[in-house]
Amino acid sequence: MIKPLLLPVETYLVPSLPEVWFGVVMFALTMYVVLDGFDFGIGMLYATRDDEADRETMLAAFGPIWDANEVWLIAFGTMTLAAFPDVYSRLLADNYLIALGFVLALLFRGLGPEMREQREDESWRRACDRSFVGGSVLAPFLFGVLAGSWVFSVGAISLPAILTGVGLVAVSAVTGAAFLAAKTGPALAGEMRDLGVLATLAYLGGVVVLLAVVIYTDAGNAAGTILSIPGIAIVGLSVVAGVSGIVLALRDRYRAWLGFALALPVLLSLLVALLLYPTIYPATGLTVSDAVVSPLALNLTTVLGFPVLVIVLWYFKFLYGVFSGPIEAEGYGA
Amino acid sequence: MQPATQLLDGALGVGTALDGTVLFLPVDLASRAQFGWTISVHILFAALSIGLAPFIIYFTWKDVRTGSERYARLRSFWLKVFAVGFVMGTVTGIPMSFQFGTNFPGFSALAGELIGGPLAFEAKMAFFLEAVFLGILLFGREKVSDRTYFLSSVLTGFGAWLSGFWILVVNAWMQTPQGYEMITRNGMEVAKLTDPIAAFFTPRMTWMYVHMINASVISVALLVGGVAAYIVWKKRDAKAWSTALKIAVLILIVAAPLQAVHGDAYGRHVEDTQPQKFAAMEGHYETGTADLHLFAIPTDFDAFMHPSDENLFAISLPRVGSFLASGGDFDAVVQGLDEYEQNPPVPLVFWSFRLMVGLGFLFIGLAFWGGYLVYRDRLTASSRYLKAMIAASPLGYAALLTGWYVTEIGRQPWVVQDVLKTGEAVSSTLTSAEATASLLAFVVIYIGLILAALYTLRWLIEGELDELGVEKSSNGHWYGPLPGVTSDD
Ligand code: HDD
Ligand code: HEM
Ligand code: HEM
Repeated sequence: MIKPLLLPVETYLVPSLPEVWFGVVMFALTMYVVLDGFDFGIGMLYATRDDEADRETMLAAFGPIWDANEVWLIAFGTMTLAAFPDVYSRLLADNYLIALGFVLALLFRGLGPEMREQREDESWRRACDRSFVGGSVLAPFLFGVLAGSWVFSVGAISLPAILTGVGLVAVSAVTGAAFLAAKTGPALAGEMRDLGVLATLAYLGGVVVLLAVVIYTDAGNAAGTILSIPGIAIVGLSVVAGVSGIVLALRDRYRAWLGFALALPVLLSLLVALLLYPTIYPATGLTVSDAVVSPLALNLTTVLGFPVLVIVLWYFKFLYGVFSGPIEAEGYGA
Repeated sequence: MQPATQLLDGALGVGTALDGTVLFLPVDLASRAQFGWTISVHILFAALSIGLAPFIIYFTWKDVRTGSERYARLRSFWLKVFAVGFVMGTVTGIPMSFQFGTNFPGFSALAGELIGGPLAFEAKMAFFLEAVFLGILLFGREKVSDRTYFLSSVLTGFGAWLSGFWILVVNAWMQTPQGYEMITRNGMEVAKLTDPIAAFFTPRMTWMYVHMINASVISVALLVGGVAAYIVWKKRDAKAWSTALKIAVLILIVAAPLQAVHGDAYGRHVEDTQPQKFAAMEGHYETGTADLHLFAIPTDFDAFMHPSDENLFAISLPRVGSFLASGGDFDAVVQGLDEYEQNPPVPLVFWSFRLMVGLGFLFIGLAFWGGYLVYRDRLTASSRYLKAMIAASPLGYAALLTGWYVTEIGRQPWVVQDVLKTGEAVSSTLTSAEATASLLAFVVIYIGLILAALYTLRWLIEGELDELGVEKSSNGHWYGPLPGVTSDD
């Protein structure tokens, strides 16, 4: 047979291509958890402000970027489907109600702010606010439950899964607070700093409880991995990042705080990757090399997909560049 | 979740035999209804984006280039509509891709290698592009140069058209699958990609893309035309809106006839590739020569449910069906439904097809009528035409949906033609209680969504009328005589 598009048909472009794709999928997951994480955080912190000007400022921060951030979820999902179709179908089919609850929460989160500005009416605005805040809390919670159920393979209605959900809510609040503190005026930033510090403490506490539960019950045989050197390193770095973030926040160094805050979800995703590998669906013991699609399909997705991914990252930078200025209630300043 | 539902079944005293039929829908029925319902809603917003994209690009260009107030107004109005539609498209699109896993894991696992690539390209090439540059289009007018701003509108529109391309690669493969072979992986029969070019560019692909893009353009032209006609009705000298109405008419003059000509050829292609679907579209039960029903009315309920040659009151051209299907032979044998064990629900397919085609001809009529009025320079003076355009504004969408029902329902019992039956694609771990609950949730929430979209459109129109200085009190109905016009055409 002729080689379609000159790609190898029976061998992977490089022998470790399946592992590379495991990395790519985890990268998309990380991007999602980090970027949409601070969107969720903005939604939660929004609930703490009554002042209309503060609320408008927060919505202005959220407006231009949330949708692009959310696309990382779709990228994560579709790349999982493209590289590991069995994992995609099992993960979602086995957690049916959680998965659909999550997308519905996302629906309300996205719709609230968009619909809010269509009408001046007071009760309409309150309904839209509820949709925004409720969705912003529920979505990371359910996504965390889904991830916990995947990694620890003890089902969605279990302590480890629920604690993972709580952890994701807390870490989203941290990054949301740091993002707002770095981008708004001093008054709002001060409030965000205090809430962000509390959220950081809650997150670190939550992680400790989660790990204790997992180690005690050895859910999904995760105890060994967590107590291994990379596991301990990730947990240790999380504590360092959290504490440094608090210190910087209290000194009002918000940009630097944002950097450390964003490290937290990155480390959390790293932990997920560490706990999964070399399996990719622990509940059935499916490994990366069992689940991966055939060479030609993966080679094609690699050759066509990688350059595009690079371009996407480039214009993401452009988007964040355009909206990098401080935020005012009327929108972004210059 | 399982124990809870079993508990519920037990508590309500419903045995497993009944649990599917009485209290909850069977899993496969509920999943199919849910998928059909959610995609029907999603496609309304997707088609809005695809069809509105050229309008937005044109208005933005005119606005940036000429600084004309008229186009600034149109740009800002339709950009708001686009933004709301886009958000709705996004929030309804994500459940679509999730349902491949939650409800049809058999489909994802079997076809993942074939459909995963295009879906991932869709996300990476199209969704990111659209989302990022729409952010700039909506919030960045003062922050970027005119050039970048206009470029953002082009890239946003291009993203919408590209989304349509990749998703239709998937759907076209499901109609006419090729470029794969069946293998066993982890004990499961799955499709393995063998020829990407064949798998992406299936025979159906170009047919579907052209027909769908054109359908979206027609639907949106009717919507823009309807809104413009309404505002002109209220305010005769609203310059921007008579321009919009004229643009809509001119687009329809090209797009509507094209759709019919293209659809006719498309039908022959369906006959070649999916004879069973074609037989259902034509109500052709027995193999043999086929008549063409130009126009059909069911004489009673039975004829409605079983639309075959004998029991329709129809204007039929004897054996023209054969002629068209074969491209020139009146005696050509057309396969009938009797050759298959299991058939799609014929009435749904048959009547949906007729509705689409009927509406298609209606649009051609509207387009030429409007063209004549433009020629006579009486477009905004004809009360009858304005009324017709207002009434027709949702009909493009009706044609678009019914066309998709022909495509998707006509393919049943297959989800991938001749490869995978729909029943086999459905999740085996799903319980009927879960499936019914989620279906119910989607029905309720999506009805709310559609209402929200319609109300938003209404508020935007009211806001526009306000700005044009139309008194609230004159906000009566659009169906009397045209204000200020006494004689009609
Ligand atoms: C504004 C909407 C619209 C209008 C006016 C028409 N169509 Fe259409 N039609 C669609 C919108 C559509 C669509 C977007 O819903 C479909 C579904 C799949 C596709 O590619 O386009 C479709 C599918 C579709 C199919 C294929 C069904 C399949 O794939 O199994 C045929 C044979 C036709 N159409 C034929 C026609 C003819 C003869 C028309 C005459 C006027 C016509 N269409 C007008
Ligand atoms: C290209 C993307 C599409 C894919 C991958 C796809 C896939 C599917 C799948 C998996 C099903 C479920 C199995 C079944 O009942 O047939 C289905 C059914 C259905 N789809 Fe599509 N579809 C696509 C586009 C569309 C579009 C654009 C519509 C437009 C309205 C549509 C309408 C339906 C309907 C109504 C059903 C239910 C059919 C029935 O219950 O008999 N689909 N499709
Ligand atoms: C089962 C089939 C489908 C799936 C899984 C699906 C998936 C999605 C997803 C996940 C999004 C959100 C993207 C974002 O966040 O920006 C989306 C949006 C979109 N989809 Fe679909 N879709 C399907 C069918 C279709 C069809 C048939 C079309 C048109 C031909 C279409 C056109 C679009 C467009 C243009 C958008 C951009 C959002 C908008 O402009 O409204 N989709 N889709």
